[in-house]
Amino acid sequence: MLSYLARRLTESMLVLAIMSFVIFALLGLMPGDPIDIMIFSDPEMTPEDAARLRALYGLDRPITDRYLTWLGAALQGEFGYSRLYNQPTMDILLPRLGNTIVLMGLSLFLALLIALPAGIYAATRPQSLTDHAINLLAFAGISVPPFWLAILLIILFAVTLGWLPAGGMGDGRDFWSDLRFLVLPVLALTIATVGGIIRFMRAAAIEALRQDYVRTARAKGLSGRQIVVGHVLRNAMIPVATILALQMGNLFSGALITETIFAYLGMGKTIYDSVVGNDYNVALVGLLFATLTTLLANLLADLAYTWLDPRISYQ
Amino acid sequence: MSRNSDSPGAPLLAAEAALAAGGSLTARQAFLRHFLRHRLAVASLAFLVLLGLLSAAAPLVEAWLGVDGNVVDLFNAKQPPSPQHPLGTDELGRDTLVRLLYGGQVSLVVGLAAAVGAAIIGTLLGITAGYYGGRLDALLMRFTDGVIALPILPLLIILAVVDLTKLGLPPDLANSETISIYRIVFLIALVGWTTVARLVRGATLSMKAREFVRAAEALGASGPRVMLVHILPNVASPIIVATTLSIGGIILLESVLSFLGLGIQPPLPSWGNMLTNAQELIWDAPVLAIYPGLLIFLTVIAFNFLGDGLQDALDPRAIHQRE
Repeated sequence: MLSYLARRLTESMLVLAIMSFVIFALLGLMPGDPIDIMIFSDPEMTPEDAARLRALYGLDRPITDRYLTWLGAALQGEFGYSRLYNQPTMDILLPRLGNTIVLMGLSLFLALLIALPAGIYAATRPQSLTDHAINLLAFAGISVPPFWLAILLIILFAVTLGWLPAGGMGDGRDFWSDLRFLVLPVLALTIATVGGIIRFMRAAAIEALRQDYVRTARAKGLSGRQIVVGHVLRNAMIPVATILALQMGNLFSGALITETIFAYLGMGKTIYDSVVGNDYNVALVGLLFATLTTLLANLLADLAYTWLDPRISYQ
Repeated sequence: MSRNSDSPGAPLLAAEAALAAGGSLTARQAFLRHFLRHRLAVASLAFLVLLGLLSAAAPLVEAWLGVDGNVVDLFNAKQPPSPQHPLGTDELGRDTLVRLLYGGQVSLVVGLAAAVGAAIIGTLLGITAGYYGGRLDALLMRFTDGVIALPILPLLIILAVVDLTKLGLPPDLANSETISIYRIVFLIALVGWTTVARLVRGATLSMKAREFVRAAEALGASGPRVMLVHILPNVASPIIVATTLSIGGIILLESVLSFLGLGIQPPLPSWGNMLTNAQELIWDAPVLAIYPGLLIFLTVIAFNFLGDGLQDALDPRAIHQRE
């Protein structure tokens, strides 16, 4: 078990290292470079000045050289400054990572809270009216453009009814008034996530219901509820755990859209703003954080298997 | 995991199921019978055909209404519906209906082209991994899992702003208006192939053990020939199903990127970029924020229903699992 964990962690670090180079190289392909931006803001700068600055910052060196320099600094915890905010990169990113984890965690929790019962309920009554209704809603959830859904929620709850703020964050003074800012982003991300999980849950539960152990349980006289809770739920969770792990990247993408529209200060919005605003240091580390989050979530789901299914053991 | 990841040759099964049912249906008849029974899928197909025809007819609608979808007329901005502008005008005074139809052309073409591109990449990788197996298979599938687990949207955002001139493209081409279409098709195909790859690999694995494949190998057929001539036609149904099911997600992805200002570039309309300004408009012209999103929603859900119906019709085992 421990050696398995060690191997998986090493693999994740390797993926992270590869991604850091890929992202570094891609950022080098973005329009302009930091010196172009300086030239733009200082018209009196001569081409000689620009060339000297490029040499000073090492921007004239080949990309692998620059990457190794960055990597060396990064390994010592030095991630540079943000151009947009004039603060150390980590000071910007860490609080926002926390905000994103709150948003993603709450939405995923709510989505599971809805999807597990709904999927199982539909699976136990296949082709019934309820099953069709749940299926239709799940399809709607998968198919709705998340940014449009967010806009509709703003139109309904902020513009028409005036119940909730259209976006932004609380000021941190009053917990309950801050919570009001979370409602719409969490609602939007939950709706965008729940449909897929319902469909997987339903398929997995139908598969589990056809197994011999369910027939045995029925034969020995267990009630429908006992069968579902004791036999179907846990077995159906195994494939769902795989899907959940693979959904983490999607969930992060959804969070990016939601955060951008609701001006919620999370990782997704920060990555978007930094890419669009040429804030290279923040963009690079932000993307690595996003990758790391999904890799760790993947690992967590793998470990959840052993708990869900003792037949699987990692050597 | 997926319902037909282990389906051994769906067309054969369809025919077998039809024979078992007592009839002497051909595979095609069995397919049609199953498909027509899925009423939502049939309705979706009709809707998509209608939408495609209407979008294609955008220039005719434009001429018929006597308007020009690209002319900015700030004195007539945000007009309510009128005989000349059946859905009113947008914030720059352009006819909303005409823009929606042209946007439909872009969104549908991008969705179909990117889905086909992704299907080609996915089929190549999946069939290679499944046929050769062993270490190559393990490597390709680890790669696929890695791509699936990545946060795709943030990566696409970076890829979407890459300066094409730094990649050696001539500036006039890199900055032309239509490059945004090619670029987004390429980018989405680059990340969207994973589902097809997994399904095709699964189907290939079960085909590989069939007698006709082993016979072809015994007769000395080369690996590429076996894959192309003997396996590919028999894994066509999972490819078709996965491709159809992926179109919806691809249209969503295109609309998100265009909405964020990183996909289709105005003045070329797409349903996504028509919503870019919607957030400022929700206070005084909320309908402008409704129409494009509603069309994206209906189109995506129609493609998903269509894919679901095709899956049922091409893989009758999936039906048994539904019940």
